[in-house]
Amino acid sequence: MQERVPYSLLSILGLGLALIYVPIFVLIAYSFNASSLVSVWGGFTTGWYTQLLHNDQVLDAAWLSLKIGVVVSTCAVVLGTLAAISLVRFRKFRGRLLLTGMVNAPLVMPEIITGITQLLLFISMLHVFGWPHRGFTTIVIAHIAFCTAYVTITVRSRLMMADRSLEEAAMDLGSGPVRAFVDTTLPGIAPALASSWLLSFTLSLDDLVISSFVSGPGASTLPMVIFSKVKLGVTPDVNALASLIIGAVGVCVVLAGYLMRRGERLRLQGIHASDV
Amino acid sequence: MSLRGDWLERNGKWFIIFPPLAFLFVFFLIPFAYAFRISLADTALHVPPYTDIVSVTTDGHINLSLNLGNFKYLFADPVYALSYLYSLKTAFFSTLICLALGYPMAYAIARTSKSTQSILLLVIILPFWTSFLLRVYALEGVIRENGLLNSALLWLGLIHAPLQIMRTTTAVYLGIIYSYLPFMVLPLFATLEKLDRSLLEAASDLGSPPWRAFLDVTLPLSMPGVIAGSMLVFIPAIGEFVIPTLLGGPDNLMIGRVLWDEFFGNRDWPVASAVAIVFLVLLVGPIAVYQHYSTKELEA
Repeated sequence: MQERVPYSLLSILGLGLALIYVPIFVLIAYSFNASSLVSVWGGFTTGWYTQLLHNDQVLDAAWLSLKIGVVVSTCAVVLGTLAAISLVRFRKFRGRLLLTGMVNAPLVMPEIITGITQLLLFISMLHVFGWPHRGFTTIVIAHIAFCTAYVTITVRSRLMMADRSLEEAAMDLGSGPVRAFVDTTLPGIAPALASSWLLSFTLSLDDLVISSFVSGPGASTLPMVIFSKVKLGVTPDVNALASLIIGAVGVCVVLAGYLMRRGERLRLQGIHASDV
Repeated sequence: MSLRGDWLERNGKWFIIFPPLAFLFVFFLIPFAYAFRISLADTALHVPPYTDIVSVTTDGHINLSLNLGNFKYLFADPVYALSYLYSLKTAFFSTLICLALGYPMAYAIARTSKSTQSILLLVIILPFWTSFLLRVYALEGVIRENGLLNSALLWLGLIHAPLQIMRTTTAVYLGIIYSYLPFMVLPLFATLEKLDRSLLEAASDLGSPPWRAFLDVTLPLSMPGVIAGSMLVFIPAIGEFVIPTLLGGPDNLMIGRVLWDEFFGNRDWPVASAVAIVFLVLLVGPIAVYQHYSTKELEA
């Protein structure tokens, strides 16, 4: 594959990357702008960041979003992994087509439709059973539903590649099927579980549309607060908040990618070592 | 023991299958059935703001009143049809532009060395992990009247008055392309990377000029990536709410925005449900059929 890449192609690549990154860098630069007018550079300040630390509305929303994210991604990884195992390991069972449809559908469903329909269900459930009250619980349930789909797709493809001979060997040696799976296949698909947990966490943390529909009074997630602030106009503290989020996510993703790659390399080395 | 063991062997798998199946059934599928039911109800002034379509009358008869008026209303009021068509059009053209920009990008990445590839891919994926909402907001900082783009163009002397980009159709297109470009590049890269280069050499040995080899070999072989990338851009773009709301003007009435307003502004839940159901049938039906056949083809 190594040969000279034509300059025309490289320049389009550069243009595309610039389109993706320039707005983000501009945003980060503005977050240090002392002037609250966006057009004027008023000198360097970290004032917007300190102001953010005293903004209870933003802090509460961030805390709520983080709590939701952790609960959602943990539940979604469990449910999604079970769904992936069902689809890969059990060739035939009643409801297989239904399950396949339900894990694929959220990927193509416009968020706004999922949000509306789920809200309607929650309202009538509250009417009939007195549960769930709109807020934390309903947002968690709604997020789990679409995150499970992403987890299933990720884990399924990994599980299909997994070598079953180790698991069969363990079963021949007397392990039960669950024990054999946990001892042999689970470590192999662990990277997929970790990355789908991260994916669910960011999807949940980022969701605006579904949360806005299913949430109730008093429960505003971070994207909901940001959206209402942005709609009202330019607020310099949103720049600071956005830079913090983008920075944190960027560091986490690069770090996670590095750790996963290293883990994979060590695992492969271990396998090769045991071959010899 | 053996009896219990047999039972576990035969039914143990349901401990694995049941939780996700039941959860998604109750919280993903039933809501759609429910929305369908409400779309047949009337608006009411109590909470929840719609009438029950099934009611028991005082003499014990069950009364079913279906109201097709919501669906009729959708076809009578042109705003729904127009916003749906407008969403289709916007999604279609932004997908085309993404393809035109993403294809050369993926092609260039596929031709670099393996180590450069992994860095470039990380650079492309990274923004996908950061907040979508914040990226749309960041774009506003560049294209607003006193933003970076206008300042730069004014400073270069290319324009004499700031361009009005915000609240226009251009801004909506820019927003969609900016947000979804990575979704186009990644599947394209995946197919272009696997491309067998010896086919291109064979084409050139047989006298094909590079552009001809591209059209005859590369393009047809990368079609799966083109289709996958286009779907990944087109589908979310058509239901897009954030971009037309934050960047678009009053003319950019995409269906997502209409639905949102209908729901939160007018509080007309039956009509909003009807819009959702029609949207679902018009959009998701064909996609499901398409997916069904494309996975069949893959498995075959």
